[in-house]
Amino acid sequence: MENLYAILPILIKVAVVVAVLLLLPLPLVWLERKIAGHIQQRPGPMRVGWHGLLQPVADGIKLLIKEDHIPSDADRFLFKIAPVVALVPPFVVFVAIPFGEPVEVFGTQLMLSLSNMNVGLLFILAISGIGIFGIILAGWASNSKYSVLGSLRAIAQMISYEIPMAFSVIGVVMLSNSMNMMDIVSAQKNLWNVVYQPIGFFVFFVSGLAEAQRIPFDLPEAEGDLGAGYHTEYSGIRFSLFMLSEYLVVVFLGFLNVILFFGGWHGAPPFVPETVWLLLKVAFFIWVFMWFRFTFPRYRYDQLMAIGWKVLLPLALLNILISGLFMF
Amino acid sequence: MEQQFFILLALVAIGSGLLVVIARNPIHSALSLVACFVQIAALFVLLGSPFLAVIQIFVYVGAIMVLFLFVIMMLDVRKEAHTRFIQNGVMPTFLVLLALASELLLLLSQSSRLHAVMASQRVIVDEPTKHLSLSLFRDFLLPFEVASVILLVALIGAVVLARSEDRTESTQKTTEEAAK
Repeated sequence: MENLYAILPILIKVAVVVAVLLLLPLPLVWLERKIAGHIQQRPGPMRVGWHGLLQPVADGIKLLIKEDHIPSDADRFLFKIAPVVALVPPFVVFVAIPFGEPVEVFGTQLMLSLSNMNVGLLFILAISGIGIFGIILAGWASNSKYSVLGSLRAIAQMISYEIPMAFSVIGVVMLSNSMNMMDIVSAQKNLWNVVYQPIGFFVFFVSGLAEAQRIPFDLPEAEGDLGAGYHTEYSGIRFSLFMLSEYLVVVFLGFLNVILFFGGWHGAPPFVPETVWLLLKVAFFIWVFMWFRFTFPRYRYDQLMAIGWKVLLPLALLNILISGLFMF
Repeated sequence: MEQQFFILLALVAIGSGLLVVIARNPIHSALSLVACFVQIAALFVLLGSPFLAVIQIFVYVGAIMVLFLFVIMMLDVRKEAHTRFIQNGVMPTFLVLLALASELLLLLSQSSRLHAVMASQRVIVDEPTKHLSLSLFRDFLLPFEVASVILLVALIGAVVLARSEDRTESTQKTTEEAAK
């Protein structure tokens, strides 16, 4: 019984985080379509609900009741598990993300994170790196050339941009002397990391865009030349699971940008709770990602590789060097 | 509790390890290997070294296996699935395995000093990551640097071997990926 009391807070926290993350794509889909509409000087979805607010719900129901089609020569087992595999890492990374300082509830300290691990940042980078497996499985199991090409592009892109991404956060780790996410946030109490690490932030932000496969780096699903990329053959609920994981990656990148470079929950204006302030900053980053999508054209594939290896990686190394010189 | 977890993880690791060899389809083998690596990472957590566990996932699962799959996807997998790994009979292989097994048994039963070597020197430290980095970069700096130089030599060797007359962009890319 005592064991149960010990794990009860964790179970509740897991349930809350999973529920919020599962529902979050609904408003995000609406937001993305609205932003797209207003940037292109049209109203966006307007019919279902007030200003189209219920449009994602209608779309969701449509996806649920559509036929679940599996290509005849597909590897059926891998084809079926691929969307689920794609969905796991975006949820798992939230294990290490803190949402605020510990709060006092019924006389006990309650951590506002699922796990306050020592190697938090490394864990997040590692788990976001294995997010590629769902894409690999989907592309290969579909037995379609567009899917395979899409997932080959995705693999090369993710591997290339993981390196500058990991290198760009080394400066942050040097400043806070820790890979623990709570320590990283508390090290920014006086001044946000983006002031010390402008190059690091730039590299991290751009490679984050590429990791999430958002425009201008969305070559794995370039609809002009690939149909739809790795999920060409998917329909119905399985397709919507891929959509879900893509939106979760965007949310997770927003969190990571804020926690690593924009002070986490520090610097809140008066009367605004810390967690709300953190979420507002994250929402700002999500908005920036969507704004970019309808502002920039897509890069060519050779340009994508050149940017990753010849611009971002040297910049990240330079950033480590400069941080080291200043700290020495 | 720890022991039950160990048994569970070890069983899954051995099962997925077997699948790596048994599975006909190279992609299925590679994915079983991924499962095996994840179990080993979990074993590291059980041993109280989360840093090694995360590095295991980062390097083996996130980088090496992804590159494996990348290469396998370029091959004609259907043809590969029908060719046998050992072409001419299993008898010689079986004999070699038998010899190795008897050697192992002999070593385990006869050697007196083996068990002392195998006994784990379990030291529980507060900050495993800090201790690991201190021993890597202070106590054993020279072996660490030598190992990295050896890796660099291997890397340059791979570049020299893979380099054809015209330096194509794909060669460059693979070597840079290996550099990770």
